[in-house]
Amino acid sequence: MAATYVLEAWRGLPLNAGMATNEGSGNRNGRAGGAQSNGASGAAMSMERLIVAVGENRDRQAFSAVFAHFAPRIKAYLMRTGCEAGAAEEVVQEAMVALWRRADRFDPAQANASTWVFTIARNKRIDMLRRERRPEVDPEDPALVRDPEVPADRTIESAQESDRVRSAVAALPAEQGDLLRMAYYEDKAHSVIAQEKGLPLGTVKSRIRLAMARLRKSLSEG
Amino acid sequence: MASVARTASIHMPTHHVHDELLMDYAAGACGEAESLLIATHLAMCPLCRDAVDELDIVGGTLLDDLSPMAMSDGSLDAILNRLDEDPADHPAAPVAAPMCGDMTVPRPLRDYLDADLDALSWRPVMRGLEEYAVPIGTKASRTKLLRIGPGVAVPAHTHKGNELTLVLRGGFEDGRGHFLGGDVAITDSHIEHAPVADLGEPCVCLTVIDAPLKLTGKIGRLLNPFVRF
Repeated sequence: MAATYVLEAWRGLPLNAGMATNEGSGNRNGRAGGAQSNGASGAAMSMERLIVAVGENRDRQAFSAVFAHFAPRIKAYLMRTGCEAGAAEEVVQEAMVALWRRADRFDPAQANASTWVFTIARNKRIDMLRRERRPEVDPEDPALVRDPEVPADRTIESAQESDRVRSAVAALPAEQGDLLRMAYYEDKAHSVIAQEKGLPLGTVKSRIRLAMARLRKSLSEG
Repeated sequence: MASVARTASIHMPTHHVHDELLMDYAAGACGEAESLLIATHLAMCPLCRDAVDELDIVGGTLLDDLSPMAMSDGSLDAILNRLDEDPADHPAAPVAAPMCGDMTVPRPLRDYLDADLDALSWRPVMRGLEEYAVPIGTKASRTKLLRIGPGVAVPAHTHKGNELTLVLRGGFEDGRGHFLGGDVAITDSHIEHAPVADLGEPCVCLTVIDAPLKLTGKIGRLLNPFVRF
């Protein structure tokens, strides 16, 4: 944590030249091609429509399609965090029931389907496996401090944004992508990751920071 | 209810939660105590809120990219049946008897308090310094509110572990910077610090420590056995 005061982090900082040099050419088409160019985004779009159908019409067929796509991924996510199969399926079940109940509050203008499902699965994991609460921001909280410079109803071009993140994640150098997945999916402190990878903690942190800087940059371009 | 309506002077935080910790929060790797402090900072910091929104997108992207693991037969039917049985909706929030009615305390923290800041059962630690232990189910870290009188200097100390401090009211200076509402100070075992509260109103902070602190000054060492904050 000592590094905190040195790093002004990735906020607003331009990427350093070294990172630009190992940028592959493979991620250019993602940005230029737009939504129709890649199958994954097509699927993500339809997942959003399906969740809206669940919310508006209590549509069980739509729910089953959402289940077919997401349940096996949530299970994979939980098992990567160290959960055994039976317990993982229990959490999946609770997450899918929560999805059914909250679908009417899903707003495709605010979040894409996989982001929204990820947050539900993550919170169920914390709730059921760690038996802890997860304190979160309440967007309606009167104490919320808003940025006077940014309109409150800033909506994200979510499908495009998720395309950009996807290309950016795919374009990360292998070791940065690896660390990112470990940080998200193995519930491991960075010090544990460092030990397992045989890397100094500072190196792990700086690689994660680099990975985040690249992702952040891909989001701010548009 | 709050006895005095505070005129909220909006301060945009300048000392933030660093990105690795924001990522741990987004990934769900932080404990409840750290998450409470981070979420309270997020309520006060639009910049970090945006960053966490983006990190959630990263989480969703990674979820999509995982190789699916087949669910066992009948699991969809089991869930569909539950949707039938269980149309009752969102569980009501747990009803805690007394509550913090001070709407200037951000929600994530407000939910953990049973009274307004001024009415909590503050415990004196030393002259000009009081603490309140925030009831939280995490064993590994200690979560406290500190109230430091105007101009009071907290004795120099280091920590065995890491300390996160979020300013809720007032401000303090600790040689590394000036911290005001919404700002987060992070210290580890290598940093000795001796915060001095600003003049004016008392400084109220939320702190999360993952190991007890050690007082380092001459007088501080004498106080060591008595102080736990």
